[in-house]
Amino acid sequence: MQKQAQQLLDWVDARFPLTFLWESQWGKYVAPKNFNFWYIFGSLAMLVLVIQIVTGIFLVMHYKPDASLNAAGVPVAFASVEYIMRDVPGGWIIRYLHSTGASAFFVVVYLHMFRGLMYGSYRKPRELVWLFGVAIFLCLMAEAFFGYLLPWGQMSFWGAQVIVNLFGAIPLIGEPLSIMIRGDYVVSDATLNRFFSFHVIAIPLVLIGLVAAHLTALHEVGSNNPDGVEIKKQPKDANGIPLDGIYSHPYYTIKDIFGAVVFLFVFAAVVFFMPEGGGYFLEFNNFIPADPLKTPPHIAPVWYFTPYYSILRATTSDFMLWLGIFVLVVGGLSVFSLRHQLAKLAAAGVTAVLLVAFYFLDAKFWGVVLMGVSVLLFALLPWLDRSPVKSIRYKGGLYKGILAVFVVCFVVLGYLGILPPTPVGTIVSQICSILYLGFFAFMPWYTAMDKTQPEPERVTWQ
Amino acid sequence: MSFKNKILRALIATVAFATAAATHAAGPELRLDKAPLQFDNASLQHGAKLFINYCLNCHSASYLRYNRLQEIGLSDQQIKDNLLFTADKVGDLMTIGMRPAEAKQWFGAAPPDLTVIARSRASHYGSGADWLYTYLRQFYRDTNRPTGWNNVVFESVGMPHAMWDLQGEQVAHFVEREDGHGGKAKHLERLEIVKAGKMPKEEYDEAVADLVSFITWMGEPSQHNRKQIGGWVLAVLAVLGVLTYLLKRSIWKDLH
Repeated sequence: MQKQAQQLLDWVDARFPLTFLWESQWGKYVAPKNFNFWYIFGSLAMLVLVIQIVTGIFLVMHYKPDASLNAAGVPVAFASVEYIMRDVPGGWIIRYLHSTGASAFFVVVYLHMFRGLMYGSYRKPRELVWLFGVAIFLCLMAEAFFGYLLPWGQMSFWGAQVIVNLFGAIPLIGEPLSIMIRGDYVVSDATLNRFFSFHVIAIPLVLIGLVAAHLTALHEVGSNNPDGVEIKKQPKDANGIPLDGIYSHPYYTIKDIFGAVVFLFVFAAVVFFMPEGGGYFLEFNNFIPADPLKTPPHIAPVWYFTPYYSILRATTSDFMLWLGIFVLVVGGLSVFSLRHQLAKLAAAGVTAVLLVAFYFLDAKFWGVVLMGVSVLLFALLPWLDRSPVKSIRYKGGLYKGILAVFVVCFVVLGYLGILPPTPVGTIVSQICSILYLGFFAFMPWYTAMDKTQPEPERVTWQ
Repeated sequence: MSFKNKILRALIATVAFATAAATHAAGPELRLDKAPLQFDNASLQHGAKLFINYCLNCHSASYLRYNRLQEIGLSDQQIKDNLLFTADKVGDLMTIGMRPAEAKQWFGAAPPDLTVIARSRASHYGSGADWLYTYLRQFYRDTNRPTGWNNVVFESVGMPHAMWDLQGEQVAHFVEREDGHGGKAKHLERLEIVKAGKMPKEEYDEAVADLVSFITWMGEPSQHNRKQIGGWVLAVLAVLGVLTYLLKRSIWKDLH
């Protein structure tokens, strides 16, 4: 029997690199043995992606992207979600898995990104792994945004209305652009249909491709670890395994399975006992069908968008002066520190152009820009970090403190984004926005100034 | 002061500031009574009867089928004989004859579908059930309103008091108090029954509790089932967690 199985495998391997793929991507992939708690979130993100795709397939079988009203006066799309919750056998489980999965995706991805910040996972030679990751993050945000319209509740409708209107703030092309996105002058059936298409096929295709690229790049350069030690540079044993390396299979196979079970326990507790997540995973207002004539008193995006929504709201016309000073300081420092004459000139030019543009263009536009920039800034990390070491374990108090401030600002921004705007709240979110931007903008200087300890030769291992 | 201390202080200040910002954000006070929900069949059936008699004339429950009421202990025959006023078949959805466009003309706004109303009315003031329980007990006479009725929880509500024959007629006594921002705010002091209904106060409160229990059940008929299955799923995952942990430990044992 075993002989026949081997023959079958040989037959396949002669025609398709099955064994090679398995061994290079997982089976014989050598990873550092000192992964800690923070290294579970990559495979958990993969697990959640599978949950979302599988539950999504079944939801599409019963969901109807149709904004017209049925005989009872309810939009067909909204009613079809309740049809799934009531009349489709097991429908409520599938729907709750999908709605909880959306929030779970952002929980694990934010923790996964924080892991990268702590241990310098974006540093050379992992720049492309990181860039693919940032692209995945962007896709995820788009996917969540498009998907949130589909239940066609009040928050779905008005959330989409607010976000699409943001594009209208772009000079000249803004208005036609937002009409093109909606396919109408307001969010309507046309919008619902195209968002459905984006959510179900366009973005998932790109997402899966990017995940494949993210993993292929990772398995090419090898994993980082909590000590930031490059195990590939270590002496190797007879099998060619570095001193601190182990095969992913069976070691990380079983460790990740254990982690997945723990995650699923928490996930199931939410799905079965608090699927609304206190109004944060399924917003209460979204149990009211979309009504284009009734604007809710308070429109807030779902929790995972609120840090960026806060940055958008913080950008008032009063804030532009502070933003101008901020850009002037960063620009001045750049001109002062850059070595090449041409680079100095470029930095001065960009600063000048920005300052002039700040003066002439509306604050609303800069809010949109700042919101986009604050997501995209992550992509620059590999080139902003000048520290001689990767891991926070060997970085100095300066970096640790600044990272802590960054995390607190992110959480505070997220919290304020849920609440209606207040004068005090706006000032707090403006301070936090500046600190958020400063984390990236001043990184080349503070990481170079930071007092680091030398990285060890071997990983820490008890 | 050391650098770490400085950072710590800055963090504490930021958090304190954010908390201050949050307290300022609180809107007008909404006082809700806790709904004494009961999910036994007798309460739910009583609630269903009230719902079909008093609510289902103007409001639909169009995501719910009549035969779903089997789950609260009614047989198809009982449903057909006692509850099927506007539909022909026991598998029909609980819709109404009134058309939304007409309703809008008559009431100013079409009465909303009530199937998931309990879920939509939840807020940080209380659950959707609490809101409904308070709302249905706080209608009062107001001659300034076209219907002659107003409501403490939902000011200038379009709906008249549907269960006035049960509760009777109330008047509301309000007092004006400083709202802390220089203005004055209206606070409910008490509601007084000026014309008795068919039910004394306690009985009416119980009837509303049963009705709200039914509306809560209707918002998610699978909720009981969900928690039951959930218990088993968590139990299986807990066992699986122990097993996979032991397996992990034994596989990793030989690593040095």
